[in-house]
Amino acid sequence: MGNRVAIVGAGMTKFVRRAQETGKELSFNAARMALDSCGLHLDQIEMVCLGTAPDTFDGVHMKGEYLSDGAGAFGKPYMRSFVGGGTGVFAVAQGWYHVASGLCDLCLVVCEEKMSTFQPHAQAAFLTIFDHITERPLKPNLLWIFALEMNRYMTTYGLRKEDIARVAVKNKNNALDHPAAQLAQAVTIEDILQSEVLAWPVQRLDVSPVSDGAVAVVLASESVARRVTNKPVWIEGVGWNLDTAYWTNRDLCYPRYVEEAARMAYKMAGITDPRHQIHIAEPYDPFDYKELHHMEGLMLCGRGEAPQMTLDGITSRDGELPICPSGGLLGVGNPISAAGLMKIAELFWQLRGEAGKRQVSRKVKRGVAQAWGDLMQVGTVVVLGI
Amino acid sequence: MPKRKEPTPTVERSIAAPPYGAVASGLSDDDFHKGRVCTTHWAADARYAWDSGIAIGRYLEGLKAGRLLAVECRKCHRVMIPPRMFCELCFRPIDGWRQVKDTGIINTFSLCYVTWDVKRIKEPQIPAVIEIDGASPGMGIMHLIGGIDPKSVRIGMKVRAVWKPAAEREGAITDILYWRPF
Repeated sequence: MGNRVAIVGAGMTKFVRRAQETGKELSFNAARMALDSCGLHLDQIEMVCLGTAPDTFDGVHMKGEYLSDGAGAFGKPYMRSFVGGGTGVFAVAQGWYHVASGLCDLCLVVCEEKMSTFQPHAQAAFLTIFDHITERPLKPNLLWIFALEMNRYMTTYGLRKEDIARVAVKNKNNALDHPAAQLAQAVTIEDILQSEVLAWPVQRLDVSPVSDGAVAVVLASESVARRVTNKPVWIEGVGWNLDTAYWTNRDLCYPRYVEEAARMAYKMAGITDPRHQIHIAEPYDPFDYKELHHMEGLMLCGRGEAPQMTLDGITSRDGELPICPSGGLLGVGNPISAAGLMKIAELFWQLRGEAGKRQVSRKVKRGVAQAWGDLMQVGTVVVLGI
Repeated sequence: MPKRKEPTPTVERSIAAPPYGAVASGLSDDDFHKGRVCTTHWAADARYAWDSGIAIGRYLEGLKAGRLLAVECRKCHRVMIPPRMFCELCFRPIDGWRQVKDTGIINTFSLCYVTWDVKRIKEPQIPAVIEIDGASPGMGIMHLIGGIDPKSVRIGMKVRAVWKPAAEREGAITDILYWRPF
């Protein structure tokens, strides 16, 4: 479908709790690194896609326009998108159709987030996702929806907290080998289980941190990609899907919207047996249970089977199907839209065999990245291959 | 005048892998809040007032009268709550209104020990999704559980709405105080 599109370069800032750099400066640092990594200059970039959170987050009107200079978008066709936490992966899908359509040969994709600006805590910036008439008068906080979904998932499949905490242990330990990681920690299951209870069953160490950071990748058409690099990583499939906003009417134990997004991407990539045709995955893990949830939605295992796969070590870096070898959001950090694009960047490095100590032990040729957001509603999926 | 602090890069780890040379100057809470770097503050005064719309307006009037109202679609045979003027599945107007019971089943719940800005509270709030009796299976609303020891709340429990006294109701979701297991 469309012309072939490859990722040819990637860059990112460190993820930190509070960056002194402005969003523009973070965007520039990531974009410049991505361009340098493939020897390109901004003059050669024809179009720019930017992913970043709504303006209320930063207190800056039309934040996309504010960030445009840092994202290298001055004087170019430029579009900002935001689909909640799903943005980082969606931005690549958006960049993909800019190139696959033949509209341009080189497109820069930048995702930036600076969550530290919102006072006193960025969590409150999300309160307006609850229905303003039927839910907000109950004074909800953002943790509620995750805790409700996690409890439904655990109860449906009879899971214990340790079955889920294992994901946080794996990812935070994986992040020890990531140079840009914010929360790399050699933690144990006991550490997770003994951490402060926020909204049961969600405890402090089940949750990814608040972060500032930016990530960028360069997309190229086939002919240009082959001139720029001898190791292009192809975008084999893209998919995105949105479930109903009536979230209390849905089955919270299964992310149907992720499955729909995955089916769209897999069809494009010619994948009929994801468990065997995908060798590495970076599903979205803002909470430890979400990695499991999303593995099931991505059809990398059956419903309710992800915890057992994790227990069996299949998802570890040297396992049969490494999941979040980067360290994920739980370990590297969660600057919302940038976190999703970090996953794409990780697959880019892993598929090229450049991930150093993070490199998975098996030979990997195809990977899937996925992100998720809003009222547990958005699924975005990109399949990459060499 | 506090001495200006040069930004300190976060701890360098020598990991030979991309992203090579990733930077961002991490600031501590003290750097930021005690004026070691220059900051500027601003508070938005954003105020809103919403009309409640056609379907939710009628839902709220029902609550004021102590009744829980749902809508039905005769094409997909769903009885839906919260009410809506169109069936989002069939993409056609709904066919009618019906009163459903003020009882239901806990679909899922949480024991929440923090406020929206992560301040601890001692007695947990118990948010829940409650599947309403008389609506289609799985049709729930978000509300609060109360009148029970938090430790004994379970998924699958039957609950009943505890209403505000009629004179105090104002046509809001909070006209139901909470849902008590029975």
